[in-house]
Amino acid sequence: MEKIKLIIDNREVSVPKSTTILKAAREIGIDIPTLCYFELEGLNIHNKPGGCRICVVEVEGRRNLAPACVTECLEGMVVKTNSIRVLNSRRTVLELILSDHPADCLVCAKSGNCELQNLAVRFGVREIPFQGEQSCYKVEVSPSIVRDMNKCVMCRRCETVCNDFQTVGALSAIERGFASVVSTAFNQKLSYSNCTFCGQCVAVCPVGALVEVDHTPKIIRAIADEKKTVVVQVAPAVRVALGEEFGMKPGSIVTGKLTAALKALGFNYVFDTDWSADLTIMEEGTELIDRITKFLKGDKEVKLPLLTSCCPAWVNFFEYHFPELKEIPSTAKSPQQMFGAIAKNYFADKIGIKREDMIVVSVMPCLAKKYECAREEFKTNGNPDVDYSISTRELAALIKQANIDFNSLENVAFDSPLGESSGAAVIFGTTGGVIEAAVRTAYEVITKKPLPKIDFTELRGLEGVRAATIDVDGLKLNIGIAHGLSNARKLLNEIKEGKSQFHAIEVMACPGGCIDGGGQPLHHGNSDIIKARWEAIYEADRNMPIRKSHENPSILAIYKEFLGEPCGHKSHELLHTHYFDKAKVIEIKLD
Amino acid sequence: MANNKKQIRIALRNCGFINPENIGDYIARSGYAALASVLGANNPQNSIDVIKKSGLRGRGGGGFPTGLKWEIASKNHADQKYVVCNADEGDPGAFMDRSILEGDPHSVLEAMAINGFCIGATKGLIYIRAEYPLAIERLLIAINQAEEISVLGNNIMNTGFDFNIELRYGAGAFVCGEETALIHSMEGGRGEPTFKPPFPAQEGYLKKPTNVNNVETFANIPAIILKGWEWFSSIGTEKSKGTKVFALAGKVNNVGLIEVPMGITLREVIYEIGNGIVNDKNFKAVQTGGPSGGCLTEKFLDTPIDYDNLIAAGSMMGSGGMIVMDEDDCMVSVAKFYLDFTVEESCGKCAPCRIGNKRLFELLEKITEGKGTMEDLDHLKNLSKVTKDTALCGLGQTSPNPVLSTIDNFWNEYLAHVVDKKCPAGQCKALKCYIIDTEQCIGCTVCARACPVGAIKGEKKTPHEISQEICIKCGACMEKCKFNAISIK
Amino acid sequence: MSVKIQISQKTRTKIEEICKSFNNEPGELINVLHKTQDYLGYLPAEAQEVIGQELKIPTAKVYGVVSFYSFFTMIPKGRFPVSICMGTACYVRGAERILDELKHQLELNVGETSADGLFSLASLRCVGACGLAPVVLVGDKVYGRLAPDDVKNMVDEYKDMRGAV
Repeated sequence: MEKIKLIIDNREVSVPKSTTILKAAREIGIDIPTLCYFELEGLNIHNKPGGCRICVVEVEGRRNLAPACVTECLEGMVVKTNSIRVLNSRRTVLELILSDHPADCLVCAKSGNCELQNLAVRFGVREIPFQGEQSCYKVEVSPSIVRDMNKCVMCRRCETVCNDFQTVGALSAIERGFASVVSTAFNQKLSYSNCTFCGQCVAVCPVGALVEVDHTPKIIRAIADEKKTVVVQVAPAVRVALGEEFGMKPGSIVTGKLTAALKALGFNYVFDTDWSADLTIMEEGTELIDRITKFLKGDKEVKLPLLTSCCPAWVNFFEYHFPELKEIPSTAKSPQQMFGAIAKNYFADKIGIKREDMIVVSVMPCLAKKYECAREEFKTNGNPDVDYSISTRELAALIKQANIDFNSLENVAFDSPLGESSGAAVIFGTTGGVIEAAVRTAYEVITKKPLPKIDFTELRGLEGVRAATIDVDGLKLNIGIAHGLSNARKLLNEIKEGKSQFHAIEVMACPGGCIDGGGQPLHHGNSDIIKARWEAIYEADRNMPIRKSHENPSILAIYKEFLGEPCGHKSHELLHTHYFDKAKVIEIKLD
Repeated sequence: MANNKKQIRIALRNCGFINPENIGDYIARSGYAALASVLGANNPQNSIDVIKKSGLRGRGGGGFPTGLKWEIASKNHADQKYVVCNADEGDPGAFMDRSILEGDPHSVLEAMAINGFCIGATKGLIYIRAEYPLAIERLLIAINQAEEISVLGNNIMNTGFDFNIELRYGAGAFVCGEETALIHSMEGGRGEPTFKPPFPAQEGYLKKPTNVNNVETFANIPAIILKGWEWFSSIGTEKSKGTKVFALAGKVNNVGLIEVPMGITLREVIYEIGNGIVNDKNFKAVQTGGPSGGCLTEKFLDTPIDYDNLIAAGSMMGSGGMIVMDEDDCMVSVAKFYLDFTVEESCGKCAPCRIGNKRLFELLEKITEGKGTMEDLDHLKNLSKVTKDTALCGLGQTSPNPVLSTIDNFWNEYLAHVVDKKCPAGQCKALKCYIIDTEQCIGCTVCARACPVGAIKGEKKTPHEISQEICIKCGACMEKCKFNAISIK
Repeated sequence: MSVKIQISQKTRTKIEEICKSFNNEPGELINVLHKTQDYLGYLPAEAQEVIGQELKIPTAKVYGVVSFYSFFTMIPKGRFPVSICMGTACYVRGAERILDELKHQLELNVGETSADGLFSLASLRCVGACGLAPVVLVGDKVYGRLAPDDVKNMVDEYKDMRGAV
């Protein structure tokens, strides 16, 4: 690649052509401050509106200051990133942004993790010289997300992920000038929009404009209530990310400490969503084998490809945008809901309590899970199978609040019986993992032979859309994988057009899957963090003594003792669901 | 209206002389002859060179050399290119584009076709304000007529050159005068500008190379082709050739559109063409360049008007608004008026324009209400400079100009508002002080009865007094007083 | 479960026709909005939903465009739309005082429509009649060189037409 030379702050730097000044400066250790700029390299998320003007620099020969995030380096360019002119401008622009931002940092969910607050600290802002009108919008609380647009800085990151990466289109810049803000159509509630609650807008918001609904007070109250038995389940992706909240390096696997912390918090039973992930594989895998067997026998009615259904944002997506395909996805509930159903319908009986006296809490890397557990079909007489879902971030807050020294906790094992799991379950936490787990089981069930190799590396990776053909003893199984709903949309359109060659497709809404879910510790655009979590997931899998769902003894036991057989009568009642057509209906009104 | 001496009509050459709904009239005045000659010569680069050598610069505001712009677009290769005419005139107080489109639509169509041939585009789009129904109607008629006789459409004049023109409607956004914003608007989106590069000539409408010029720029093209670059460049100053159309308005006796050679002085425009100030009041300033421009004072009355002199004087050419102000105009209020406009017209994409202009406006409001401090004046200056230096597009980069130029030229007026709490022009309501002259007042009580808030007290047949705490400065008392006893201090 | 939007058959058919006349091209959104506003007089939320569905643009984006441009309105205009030019020429010739008087006489702020639907008040940027400054438009009728005192008579003329159809 053609290289060019330029001078930044009196230092010569050589970079490939079309490198931005921002990146060139970073090459030589000069960190130009930014606010709206956001990129997840390798995951195809780019937000560079050049709007906040915090990153402006002086370029010799240029009339005005240049935004470093979008200005490309040119041969011989002379750049100053710290002249008085630059520093004064940056500071004034920051003061302007702060002059239209509530100063309620003390009680803001983002405090301590806010990019605007960090800038104010970095610039040493002590007072805001500009007084005047401040934006005034109503705060909206949806099942998963709190939207406080008074805090919006118009960085447009949420709009970019919602439209470009997810193709959901719930959010857009509206109005103009001082009144402009990112919001929904007609400023309506998110629930009236096509929002899938994937939470990626929350994951990228630099400030406290978009945050999760906080369920931690409810959980503290539930634990404190002696009449309640509080059961907690933890999703796979949580164990590879929670450590970051306590200063550990990204990719640290903290399963044992996590369990210990949950015990210390006072949960009565600490179980694992990995257990119900294995259960999901038994159900979904059986469904897949069943559909393929029928297909091979020439059944024209059979719905293929089978689509996974673990990701609640993805479920919302096809219910809103592709309701005509709602019969295709697996009817298996997500691991969170399978766990809830078993906990309240089986485990409650086993320990001799009523379901109303059991509180099931889930710890999830996800915000859509909050919405999912509130769905009506997952309730019995108004009592939900899963009462509360909290994010990895909320759990970290609980641990800090309870004064637990996370780093020095001794490892503790999950409780029995809903705590045992296989390596196949832990890889549910990343893109390609669910389908790999399904293939591990399907292969052995179909061929009745042991797998020659457990790791299906052809199914792994972080490309948005991946395809692989698995040879199941002569049967060629075409697998499609997508993460990011824009990528899912491509595969769904192929299905609609009758062009899909796949037998099964796995979809996860978030970039990289649950490892970068909307409820995970904030990565602030550093995709190395996501890659470290991704590697840790596979490491956790390798560390497991059992790596196939159908070999999990606890799963085999529950079929024997309670469920009968996969996809049997009891399973259908407890572990399967159905989907709804949620496309907006335009009704004709009589004049 | 305005008197004709000192005027030279190039862009307006046909306005008022032809029936704009009859293509025959246009052809009779050498219409489409320029296109015929360009197509006949079949040498696009040659024609671009003519425009380059003529020295024509963009009349929309920026003053970028037109020929150079065409050349850049011609050198970017693509399967499709576009010619766009910016007819989204949004400067408050300027209507030259509308007059050209209503009075001589074919001159723009012909120029666009010439432009298309020169850069290798077969499609033209006119982005026009929806608020200009007559201009739209006449353009549509003109396009139809031109297609009928094959001076537009497919296989123009049997040369094999195709050029089709469509209209796109603006919807009321001043920022769409910025070319990238205009392009996003034509694509059906919010009219938000994007960082350049890429320039429209590289990646414009539908990501194809696009040349954007404004109406007046285009209207000059056929004349330059027909009469030659030497003729055109003989008019004007060294770096600004040809003429400029201005909308002369405000406190002059003759108002209206004028077309004058570059290099004419403000004095000639105001006193000879405009026939002086209304009611023989004192000239105070002339505002050029609209919301992006500035105010020029008496010391610039004899400066030749061209792109560079106006910038040097702290204003700019802009699209051609020229508003004359007299001693009764408060310059702080004038700056506030323009900022009010930019606050409303900012797209909101970049922080300095979205919030900075709002804060500038609020500071000016504070000053005109007599609540300003010296510190506010410091903030006003710094914020104006930073906004200019950091805003994303031309709108924000120029929006503080009315503030900076009034600060430069009328600093004393700012000080009067801030220090003495007085508006020298007597225009700022909050700073007005109505006073009854006890010598003149005979105590007729008319004023006390006229006062809507009961601020005037006094016994019959004795001098009255106005309570400044209660007074809302409506002026009703002064209007009613028959003895000239009430004055504003 | 799903959100329901109500619209009359006639309006829906008309909007669909408008969209079709632009080949349901997403890039034609602004043209479609213009035509729809021409037809309905304003752009109610339901109309924007239908346009979004037809052109396959998220409704939030449609609203983002509608709320960006001052020409588009979600409030129906009055039977007599009153607009005042706030261009520079009109401003220096006293448009602000005329506007104050209009607000007073109509009991409306800029952008509002009266409860009886008779009047709406808008401010415009230069209508190109600077020679007549200050200028007020009622519908298509132009009132030039207005003084604040003229406003009441002008407004009363239209108030008298309240009963007339």
